[in-house]
Amino acid sequence: MSMENALPISHRQRLWLYALGGLVMLFLIAPSVIIVIMSFSGSSLLEFPPQEWSLRWYESYFGSVEWRDATVVSVKVAVMTAIVATLLGTAAAYAINARTLRLTGAINALLTASLTIPVILIGIGTFFLYARIGLNNTLTGLVIAHTVQALPLVVLTVLSGLRSYDMNQEMVARSLGAGRFSAFFQVTMPQIRFSIVSGALFAFITSFDEVVVSLFISGGETTTLTRRMFNALRDQIDPTIAAISTCLIVLSIVLLSAAQLFGRGR
Amino acid sequence: MSLASVSLDHAGRPDGALNTDALRADARREARGLFALLSPGLLLVFAVIIVPIGWLFWLSLFDESGQLSAANYARFFEQASYIKTFVTTFKVAFVVTGACVLFGYPLAYMLSQLPRRAAGVCLIFVILPFWTSVLVRTYAWLVILQRKGLVNTWLMDIGVIGQPLPLANNFAGVVIGMTHIMLPFLVLPLYASMKTIDVDCLRAGMNLGASPAATFRQIFFPLSLPGLASGVVIVFVLCLGFFVTPALMGGGKVIMWAMRMEQTTSLYSNWGAGAALGVVLLAVTLALLGLFHWLLGARATGVWSER
Repeated sequence: MSMENALPISHRQRLWLYALGGLVMLFLIAPSVIIVIMSFSGSSLLEFPPQEWSLRWYESYFGSVEWRDATVVSVKVAVMTAIVATLLGTAAAYAINARTLRLTGAINALLTASLTIPVILIGIGTFFLYARIGLNNTLTGLVIAHTVQALPLVVLTVLSGLRSYDMNQEMVARSLGAGRFSAFFQVTMPQIRFSIVSGALFAFITSFDEVVVSLFISGGETTTLTRRMFNALRDQIDPTIAAISTCLIVLSIVLLSAAQLFGRGR
Repeated sequence: MSLASVSLDHAGRPDGALNTDALRADARREARGLFALLSPGLLLVFAVIIVPIGWLFWLSLFDESGQLSAANYARFFEQASYIKTFVTTFKVAFVVTGACVLFGYPLAYMLSQLPRRAAGVCLIFVILPFWTSVLVRTYAWLVILQRKGLVNTWLMDIGVIGQPLPLANNFAGVVIGMTHIMLPFLVLPLYASMKTIDVDCLRAGMNLGASPAATFRQIFFPLSLPGLASGVVIVFVLCLGFFVTPALMGGGKVIMWAMRMEQTTSLYSNWGAGAALGVVLLAVTLALLGLFHWLLGARATGVWSER
C-alpha cells in the first residue's frame, strides 16, 4: 500500500504535526548526541559544548584495568550468550513453526516469560537460585541468565524468518531422501540465515546491555561493564562514563545496522 | 481398486488401518523430535525463571520464625513506608504513561503519514534509543538535568532563572528519564497498528466532505485505539517494575516498587518480605496483561514481537 499523496492534505497543512514529531524525535536522540560530544571534552567539568577537546576520557577508560576487565567479562558473556541463545532459540522456533505440537500457548508463554515477568523479580529469583547452586559471580551463571532473557528475541526473529519461508521445500528434500538434519542445514538454513544472524545480534546486545540481573549475580572478577557503570553512577558522575557510553552507543549502531542489512537480505 | 485386492494383515484389519498405525507412529516420532528441539530452551527458562519464582512465593508464606503466616503480605497494608512506595510507583507509572501518550501519539501519527522512505529515516530516531543501554540514557539525563547540568547552566546563562531548578534526584528527574526510556515501547506498537489503517477509509471520509480534523477524529483516532491501548499497557506494566532509572535519578527520595524489593533482599536479606513484594508485583502485572488480553483479544500479545 503506497502512502505517497495518500490524502488530499498538503504538507503545509501538516506543518504543526511535523514540528511536534520533530521535537519528540529531538527529545529521543538528543541525550545520546550530547553524551557523544561531551565524551571528547578536555575538561573534567561536564560542560556543553566543551571548551576544549581531548581523548583523555577514552584514555582513562582504556587505561583502567578495572574498566578493561569489566569490558572483557561483558564481551565474553555476550558472545557466549549469543551462541547459546541462537542455538536454543532457532531450535525452538523451528519446532514452534511446525505447528504440530499441542500446548502451543503454554510453550509460547514459557519461552517469552522473561518479557512479561518484571526483570527485578528475575534478578532476585536468579540470585536466590544461584546462591544455592554456587553460580553467583560465575561466567556460566551470567551466560545462563542472559540466555533466558535473549531467548524470546531469537525465537521471535527466527520465527518471523520461518513464516516467510515455504516449509514444503524441506519436505521435498526429505522425501527425496535427505535426512532431517541435512534437509534443515542444506535447504532451510541457507534461506533463513539472515534472521538467524539478526537474532544472534539481538541476543548479543541484550546480554551486553543487561543491567538488573547482572547487578545481582555478577561481582568480583566477573563484574560486568554495566554493573561497574551502575555502581560508578551511584557514587558520582565520572566523565569516563561518557567515553564508555559513546562506545556502547557506537556498538548499538553497528549491531543494529548489521541486523538491518541482514534483515534486508531476507 | 477391486474388492478382492483388499488383503488382511495377521490381525485381520484391512491394510488401510495398518497404514494409519504406521502414520500415527510416524507422527508421534515427529512430535517427539520437535519436542526434543524445544526442550533445552524450555528447560532453561523453567529452571532459571519459574523454579526460583515458585520458591520465592513459597518463602513469602512464612514469617521470620518459620511459621506459616500472611505477615509478609499484611505489612503492605500496615506499614506506612510500603503504602508510600506503592503510591509513588503508581504515581510515576501514571505520569510516565500519560507523558508517553502525549509525546508518542503525534510522533507515531506523523510516522504513519510520511512516505515510506522518510518514515524509515525518522524511525531510526525511535529505534536507536530503544537499543541503546538504559544505563547510558540514564547517565545522559543525569548529566543534562543535574544541579550544574546542561539545562540549569543554559537557563542561568540566558537569565531565565537565578537558582538552579531541582530537575534530577527527585520525582521530576525520574519521570523525564523514564519517559525517554518508555517512549519507544509506546511508539513502535502504535506505529505498527496505525500502518494497518486503510487509507481508503480516510479518503472516503474526505471525499464525503469531512474536514481533515473530522476525518482524524471520527475515523483515524478510533481505529488507532487498539494500538494505543497495547502501547499504554506495555508502558504502564514496565513502569511498575522499573529499577535502573529511579535508583539512579531518584536521589533516594523516590522509592519505587523494584527498588524496595532490591533493598529488602540485598540490604536487609529479608527474603520473605522481598518475595512477597515480587509476588504482588507479578500478580498485578499479569492481571493487567490478562485484563487487556481479555478486552482486546490476541492482537494484544502480538505487540511484543515489534521489538
